[in-house]
Amino acid sequence: MATLVQEAVPAGGAATSSPAETVTLRLWRGDARGGEFRDYTVENLGGEVVLDVVHRIQAEQAPDLAVRWNCKAGKCGSCSAEINGKPRLMCMTRMSSLDVSEPITVSPMRGNPIIRDLVTDVSYHFAVARRIPGFHPGPPEPDGTYRMSQVDVDRVQEFRKCIECFLCQNVCHVIRDHEDNKPAYAGPRFFVRLAELELHPLDTLDRRELAAKELGIGLCNITKCCTEVCPEDIHITDNAIIPMKERVVDARYDPIAWLGRKILRRPAPTPAAEVASLTPAGRSGEVISIEPRTPPGGPA
Amino acid sequence: MAEHETHVVDVLVIGAGGAGLRAAIEAHERGARTAVVCKSLLGKAHTVMAEGGVAAALRNVWPEDSWQVHFRDTMRGGKLLNNWRMAQLHAQEAPDRVLELEAWGALFDRTPDGRILQRDFGGHRYARLAHVGDRTGLEMIRTLQQRAVGLGIEVYMECKIVRLLRDASGAVNGAVGFYRESGSFVVFGAKAVVLASGGVGKAWKFTSNSWESTGDGHALALWAGADLIDMECVQFHPTGMVWPPSARGILVTEGVRGDGGVLRNRDGDRFMFNYIPDFYAKETADTIEEADQWYDNKKDFRRPPELLPRDEVARSINAEVKAGRGSPHGGVFLDIASRRSPEYIKRRLPSMYHQFKELADVDITAEPMEVGPTCHYIMGGVRVEADTEATTVPGLYAAGEVAGGMHGANRLGGNSLSDLLVFGRRAGLAAAEHALGTGEVALDLAQADEVIAEALAPFGRERGENPYAVHHDLQETMQDLVGIIRTESELLEADEKLDELEQRAGVVSVEGHRQFNPGWHLALDLQSMLAVARCTTRAATARKESRGGHTRDDYPNPDPELAKLNMVTRLDPSGAVTVAPEPLPEMPEELKALFDEEH
Ligand SMILES: Cc1cc2nc3c(=O)[nH]c(=O)nc-3n(C[C@H](O)[C@H](O)[C@H](O)COP(=O)(O)OP(=O)(O)OC[C@H]3O[C@@H](n4cnc5c(N)ncnc54)[C@H](O)[C@@H]3O)c2cc1C
Ligand code: SF4
Ligand code: SF4
Ligand code: FES
Repeated sequence: MATLVQEAVPAGGAATSSPAETVTLRLWRGDARGGEFRDYTVENLGGEVVLDVVHRIQAEQAPDLAVRWNCKAGKCGSCSAEINGKPRLMCMTRMSSLDVSEPITVSPMRGNPIIRDLVTDVSYHFAVARRIPGFHPGPPEPDGTYRMSQVDVDRVQEFRKCIECFLCQNVCHVIRDHEDNKPAYAGPRFFVRLAELELHPLDTLDRRELAAKELGIGLCNITKCCTEVCPEDIHITDNAIIPMKERVVDARYDPIAWLGRKILRRPAPTPAAEVASLTPAGRSGEVISIEPRTPPGGPA
Repeated sequence: MAEHETHVVDVLVIGAGGAGLRAAIEAHERGARTAVVCKSLLGKAHTVMAEGGVAAALRNVWPEDSWQVHFRDTMRGGKLLNNWRMAQLHAQEAPDRVLELEAWGALFDRTPDGRILQRDFGGHRYARLAHVGDRTGLEMIRTLQQRAVGLGIEVYMECKIVRLLRDASGAVNGAVGFYRESGSFVVFGAKAVVLASGGVGKAWKFTSNSWESTGDGHALALWAGADLIDMECVQFHPTGMVWPPSARGILVTEGVRGDGGVLRNRDGDRFMFNYIPDFYAKETADTIEEADQWYDNKKDFRRPPELLPRDEVARSINAEVKAGRGSPHGGVFLDIASRRSPEYIKRRLPSMYHQFKELADVDITAEPMEVGPTCHYIMGGVRVEADTEATTVPGLYAAGEVAGGMHGANRLGGNSLSDLLVFGRRAGLAAAEHALGTGEVALDLAQADEVIAEALAPFGRERGENPYAVHHDLQETMQDLVGIIRTESELLEADEKLDELEQRAGVVSVEGHRQFNPGWHLALDLQSMLAVARCTTRAATARKESRGGHTRDDYPNPDPELAKLNMVTRLDPSGAVTVAPEPLPEMPEELKALFDEEH
């Protein structure tokens, strides 16, 4: 026999102890004009994440159920939704972490306009991205390359982990509750981007005026809701927003201090591997809880 | 005439992964009006998932490295089926392309003296992969995306191209697609089109690929009259997750082995020592003692057999499992926990740690992982001219995973990301030059109307086949009959099954309306997957030997005569897929000499 010899162990095998026989997802179905939650019950196979169950519902019961996803491994940031009211990645939420004795509510991200079912309009975020002037390096070393030390790179690599899931944008009350703030507010994802450029060892542009005047960093009142939902454990508030706010203040009072901070450390003689600290530090542990709700335009 | 919007550009790039974005940046910088289309949102393409790194002989860690050694490793890894000129250009230009990314804002991990750090990967003689922890693809796509956005390049997101358009002379001059969000159609006129649509993994059941990898570009090229080569050469990555079922196929980066992880069977044996092929015996450690010293002293010791090229490791795992020495869920064990400290593992492999913790409830710093082969990459693809990435159809270019030739019969890890950059740039450059020397586009809208009517047909049928069911059966067929080990009778059986699946796909019906309707999207993706499946099956039948990613039970050895031939698939006038063996381009003597030198 020339087939691949591995055989999947029967569903619900060794790892799970007598799971519930079925699970029910309560999915939002509808579009910009309105819609409703509908319950879909499928067999409980064990070892699945929410996205798997959504896919089985799609294949077996609702072929036109709209959902975004790509990597199914928490790497692309496509599958954001609210699961029992909590903003999560569907592909990284294990069914075993949820109470399946009750229907599990899956609804679209409420900060964005709805397109269809679980798919929302994220064009606002892409438009904000276009407003931030990109990376602008100084001249390279004489050999045409750049030198940076791992310590300087580490700080920025935390921000570069962002998978653009926009969960943080979705929970930020400045735009979640006040649609009219959108034109003057970039949101936490883009404060992370600003901090990344600001702390980038090679970048030379000063974007602090822009951050203050056009991107509204002053409107953020450090509630940390964004940090709590970030699937990449980026310390959005402590490491990006607060330092950025401080630098914006420096811009007004002390341009020399800003320059001083921009000057980088020369590569240190310590082995790079030792100074790297990519380990996600502990999260705050609290989870924000938002009641399941009806998306805009939907029935009560 | 069917309703649609129209855009006319100089260069249309289909795909926004590494290859597409790099091509678009180059075409734009050469003065061509350039647009990019992609099936997902910008920044989500498959490239984002790449973990281990990008291969380039930067010589930061090993000054002994050079383009010649990288070239030689690539050709040997590809079992010499590679297009030598592509392998040469790739090895020569990869360092510049990586440094360029740094000038655009990418932040790679550093050496102590502040240069780009490089890591070891299978088949590469020296530590050669520039990387960012285990999220190199994310860094690369974000850098290119931000560059493209900064340059103001037009991007049409969540838009799927269903057919290319051609003028009276047969040259490609546009494409028809639809927006997934609204289901409305769009026609692009373009003087040159670059295919950068990625891979085909979704035609198999266990795959590391995302839903986007349905071989659209391969099919678009085939339907437009282009040649495909080496479609039998599909890479099964040795280490995909095997448990839980829903995570099956998800990739476990080769970086785990590069950083000290080893493969063990049920009895705890490092079985790879039993599978060292003669071809690699000279450079592979044959005792555990020697292998273990290599990590710290690469000069005096040979590399561990766990770091043999992927095809060798995948076949060995398959054989262990078949012999009944596998792990509980039908894989083998990948153990780094007993070999490295938890701190080291978390620092070097943060996203692997996260992935196993979240998806399998396994702490890889404390217990071994269970892994097995997963369909990962297609070496075969659209036949291109090495220097320009021009296909056999005028006006059509191809770069990245959709193009064939560069990797021969087996790709080395890290060589894809560098391939995207080197050939994405070259394709963008050549496409821009071609476009700027071409007159106005005369679109044939009647052709577009036909395409649109055909794409909408599934809505008009009632109680037809369910596209999900047809896809499921296609995946089973390819996994069982055209998988990691192949044999003539099964390939012929697959070919017959494909007839039946094609018929069923021809009568699928979809429910609901056109707005963001995944059932409809799948119905159209199925057409591409079936075309690719057919090409792979027929080319695999024709190659009666084992070479790289193509392993035949009935012809277990390589055949020196077949080493000189590409299997070329194309459509005959009746629209059927045919296979013709054609000679490989001949390598010049000075490059051949590189293979004789003692290393
Ligand atoms: C998990 C994983 C890890 C990997 N790790 C590494 C690694 O460490 N190093 C390495 O070198 N390689 C790695 N690879 C391989 C490498 O990532 C891929 O081969 C490479 O990213 C492919 O890039 P691409 O630009 O050709 O296409 P992709 O990144 O796949 O992009 C394809 C683009 O085409 C678009 N598209 C497709 N069809 C259509 C259509 N019909 N209409 C419009 N748009 C379309 C898609 O939307 C997408 O934007 C890895 C692969 C996987 C799966
Ligand atoms: S901390 Fe600021 S950015 Fe984050 S959610 Fe609160 S207000 Fe929004
Ligand atoms: S900062 Fe975190 S939550 Fe916000 S988009 Fe990036 S990954 Fe998502
Ligand atoms: S599908 Fe990529 S993050 Fe969930």
